[in-house]
Order: sequence, then C-alpha cells, then structure tokens
Amino acid sequence: MTQMFAYIPFKNGAAEDVALEYPDAAKKIDPSVEVTAVVAGTGADLDKVADAMTKIYKEVIKIDHADLAYPNAEQVRKALLDVLPHDAVILVPHDTFGMDLAPGLAVKMDSAYAADIVDFEGLDGKDLKMIRQELGGAVYTHVTSDVSSGAVITVRPGSFAPTEDTAAGGSVVDKSGDVKDLSAKRKFLEVVVAEVGDVDITKADVLVSVGRGIEEEENIEIAQELADAMGAVVSCSRPIVDAKWLEKSRQVGTSGQTVKPKVYMAMGISGSFQHLGGVKGNPFIVAVNKNPKAPIFQVADVGIVEDILEFMPELTEAVKAL
Amino acid sequence: MEILVCVKRVPDTAENEFELNSAGNDLDRDDLVYSVNEWDNYAVEEAIQIVDNAGGSVTVVTVGDDESEEVLRREMAMGANNGVLLSDDAFEGSDGKGIAAILKAEVEKGKYDLILTGAQADEGAGQVGGMLAAMLDYPYASLVNKIEVKDDSSIHVGREIEGGNQEMNEIQLPCVLSIQTGINEPRYVGIRGIRKVASVDVPVKGAGDLGIDPAAVGKDGAKTRRVDYFVPDLGDGAEMLEGSTEEIIEKLIEKLKAKGGL
Ligand SMILES: Cc1cc2nc3c(=O)[nH]c(=O)nc-3n(C[C@H](O)[C@H](O)[C@H](O)COP(=O)(O)OP(=O)(O)OC[C@H]3O[C@@H](n4cnc5c(N)ncnc54)[C@H](O)[C@@H]3O)c2cc1C
Repeated sequence: MTQMFAYIPFKNGAAEDVALEYPDAAKKIDPSVEVTAVVAGTGADLDKVADAMTKIYKEVIKIDHADLAYPNAEQVRKALLDVLPHDAVILVPHDTFGMDLAPGLAVKMDSAYAADIVDFEGLDGKDLKMIRQELGGAVYTHVTSDVSSGAVITVRPGSFAPTEDTAAGGSVVDKSGDVKDLSAKRKFLEVVVAEVGDVDITKADVLVSVGRGIEEEENIEIAQELADAMGAVVSCSRPIVDAKWLEKSRQVGTSGQTVKPKVYMAMGISGSFQHLGGVKGNPFIVAVNKNPKAPIFQVADVGIVEDILEFMPELTEAVKAL
Repeated sequence: MEILVCVKRVPDTAENEFELNSAGNDLDRDDLVYSVNEWDNYAVEEAIQIVDNAGGSVTVVTVGDDESEEVLRREMAMGANNGVLLSDDAFEGSDGKGIAAILKAEVEKGKYDLILTGAQADEGAGQVGGMLAAMLDYPYASLVNKIEVKDDSSIHVGREIEGGNQEMNEIQLPCVLSIQTGINEPRYVGIRGIRKVASVDVPVKGAGDLGIDPAAVGKDGAKTRRVDYFVPDLGDGAEMLEGSTEEIIEKLIEKLKAKGGL
C-alpha cells in the first residue's frame, strides 16, 4: 500500500465524527499503514481542528487558504491535487460534501474510485476488497479496486468504530505553500437555513414515522390517528416530503432532522442509511413493512410483516381501548 | 438552453423482492421489474421546465442494452425532444469512470450548455455526474435542488446539504449538475404520451461511432469491479412478531408500554 490519507471535514471549529472513524477503516484496509490526516480551510477554526487531529493521527497536513473559508468542492479538489502524491489512497466521507468532491478528484488523480463503502476486507495484491450496498440497502456487494495507482474511497459515516485512542502525539505539517491557483468556475454564495415547521419532531419521545408505504396523501390521516392515540408525533421519510404530503421539517434523515425519541415507529419505510442517519440515541425501533426482506428489519428491535394501511387502524383501536 | 440529461434503466426497488440466482453471485434477474431511475425523472422534468421558460431543447441519453430504449421513450413521452442510446458489447462491465467516458464522447458530439444526471441510481454511488464534469473540465454541483437561469453564461444552483439546509452557488455554463429529488414534481406520463413517441427514431451509437477505444471502457478498462452480490446474515436483527394481527398487536402493546411508547 502506498500512502493513505484521510480528509477531515469540520464545522464550527470541530471535526465531524467521521474523523474518529477513519482509523478503524484504515486498519481494515492495511493494518501496517500510517494514515495522514488532511485538513483544509482557513483561520483559527482550521488551526483548532488541525491541533485536535494530532491526538488521533501521527501526521496532520494543514492547508490554509483564504479561498477555502467555505469548503467548495472544486477548490478543495485543486488544493488536494497540489498537495497529495499522485498515487495516494484517500478516504473521504460519503456525505453531501464527499459526493461533491470525490468523483471528480478520482478522475483528476487518474485513480480508482469506490463509493459509499461500509466495510473493508483488506488487500489482495494490488486489489482492495470492499463491501458496499446497492438498491437502497436491499442487497450487498463485494467490490475490488486496483489501488496500485491510487484510489479515492468514500466511506459511509457511522460504519466504522470511532477510535478511543487519542494519544497519537502527532504533528502538523503546513503545506499551504504548495497550493497554487484556486480560482473556480463555481462560486459559493450563501447557505439558506431550513425553515422551522409548526411541529418540532426533534423534541418528541414517540414518533410514528411514515414512508412511501403510506401510498397516498389521504392515508397520512391514518398515521395521525395512531399518533394521536399514542400521544406521539408524525414524522416521515423523504419521499413523503418530496411529494409535498408533509412539510420538510417533518423529514427524518441526513438531509432532514435528527431525532432522538424513546420509541420510533417506522411504518412502510425501507430503512435506507440516509433515513436511519437521522435516528439517533438508540431508540426502541418498531418496523412495520409488508416486505419481510426490507432492510429496516436489520436495525429494528421489533419487526412486523403487515400492510400498514390495515395494521395502523387496528393498532389505533387497540390503543384507544386501553 | 441545450440540455442533455443522462438517464438509466434500473431494477425498481418498490416492485421487486431481490433474490440471488442459484449460483449466488448475481441477482435473480428473470422476473425483475425495471423502471427509470427515480432521480432521473426529476432531472428530465427540470430540463423540460427550463426549456419551457428559456427555449432550447432536451436530449435524453443512456448507456445500456436494447431494452434501455424503453426508458428513453418514456422520458421523451414526458417531453424530452430527442433520445440517444449508447450501446455496445464493449461497454459491458464498465465502472463509473467507463460510463462517464462513454457519455463524454457523446457530449463532445453536440453542443450542450447544461448536462444533468440523477443524484444517484441503483448502485447508490452518485459518481457519474462528477466524473463526467471532471473529464470535460466543466464545473459541477451535486445534489441540486434549485436552478435559476441568470443569463447565457451562468446560473444559480441550490445544493442540498445536511439538516435540510441549502447551499447557493453561482456556476458557469457549460456545467454538469446532479439532480436531487424534491426539486420539482415530475409530470405524469400516460399511455397516450408513450404512443405518441413510439415511432420516433432513437439513434443507437457504439464504440466506433463515438470514437472510443473499447479497451478503455467495459470490464477491461475498469479499476473497480463488482465481484458478487450477497445478502448478509441478519444476525441480531429485529425480533419478528408473529401470529394473528390481534396477537401481534397484543405483544406490541406490551413492548410499547415497557419502552415508554404508551
Ligand atoms: C443525498 C441523499 C440524502 C437523502 N436524505 C434522506 C433523508 O434525510 N431522509 C430520508 O428518509 N431519505 C433520504 N434520502 C432518500 C433515501 O435514500 C431513500 O430513497 C428514502 O429514505 C426511501 O424512503 P422510504 O423508505 O419511505 O421509501 P421506499 O424505499 O420506497 O420504501 C417503502 C417501503 O414501504 C414498504 N411498503 C409499501 N407499501 C406498504 C404497505 N402498504 N404496508 C407496509 N409496508 C409497505 C415497502 O416494502 C418498502 O420497504 C436521501 C437520498 C440521498 C441521495
């Protein structure tokens, strides 16, 4: 294995959780390899994150450039190309920034690309063996990448164990001077913050969450009746919001709200990682789905194979009768 | 605005229960139901709306086999003006880069201001748009949920980021964007629409027509390869409640009481 690097995303002066997960991923790729962290941005926040990363990584490359105040993928890509060896293996999170950055980076590095990896099975010669999911998590696949001329690999956040070892005693290497022209054909303007809705699903102890299995807008009422009987709040998966059946503030997931209920009732939700990424705090998950092979049954505590449109009204009646 | 939209025929996750074949290395494809990749419908709808407002034309393109022609026709029934099928045995087994290289060759045959893809497809990699942009040296934005045409040389795009927030960018044309669901409501396509485009000519282009070296794409050109499919042992998956609906509800209520759900 050539050199391995880990791109460290951060917000408000703190590295995102994935920074702690890369070491476990790297160990599964090649136990003998040292991973170098790469932090790009500018100012005091950047310094703070770079210093924090020396607890976890032996070497931390810092790229400080005024143009990187907001992480624009086109500019970060240029900066990385100036700094990394051409045969680098670099780990990037499979999140909204990683999806923006990684495919183009792999093209410009002329290296292999593997996306959304959930596990590694190690090196076999020049081939790296990996596991990913397809079809919304319905099936898994083994894939191999020839990493002999480098690779860009996006890892799914939350798939690897966060390291508890914070005694690396590493040092920061400032490579800002290696960065050349960061002019870009895409310019960041502003972040528009999500509107708050009339109901705050993040505060609810019990959520009755509906997915595409609800089939029609009128049927939301069936879920609302169950929620009313349980003293719960209705939330949903993304397709319900895309169809405008419920407002965006009711959406659970990485591009919606993060919820921490005691009980999460997943009704007709398949269980994609972007949806589950918004369910935190280890709630008691009840999944009702008519497909016995739905991926949600891998994470739920209790699974029920039923049609939600028939099951929910009966459950409502039973709860009311208590 | 001349717009090219890249689309894909995929197994429909709502209509299928996925099983492995008897060899255990591929999906059992005998009875699979296929459809257009969900994200692509949003991309085509957006393209049609832009052309309705700003003029121009929409072309849909796919890399696939003969059967992929049906998804081109479906998107043409939605309102796309032209369709192109890129098909060749040499394309089989391409990785993301291979697909992007094939699409690049077609892009260079035309003169497009805007190229759209879905944010991701069945493989969930979300890679083709970003790769195509980098190969063309065009700017790129992924997960786009808003497009505002400013003038002939630039547009404003909103990208979806974490927590439901939106990142606004100004981006120069020509560019490549991957389109996220929710940006619009894709129009309904009826049988009549499908019939209307049934006899329209859809050109088919192979490696030779596109000037592609067959060794650079397909299985041989791929640095990343799928070895097999599998369904993992469920291990400590859910405790499945069984019995009559009444019995299930009784058991469920006990558990909900214990966990603070009631
Ligand atoms: C960048 C990105 C960000 C995303 N962010 C989010 C996010 O924040 N939140 C989110 O939810 N998704 C998000 N998604 C989308 C996500 O990938 C899935 O497409 C989505 O979560 C699927 O929603 P679903 O489970 O409701 O629908 P499906 O996957 O279509 O599942 C519906 C389920 O209902 C079952 N069903 C159907 N009818 C019935 C019935 N009558 N009774 C019982 N069961 C039934 C089916 O068996 C199926 O399992 C994101 C995607 C991307 C690419």
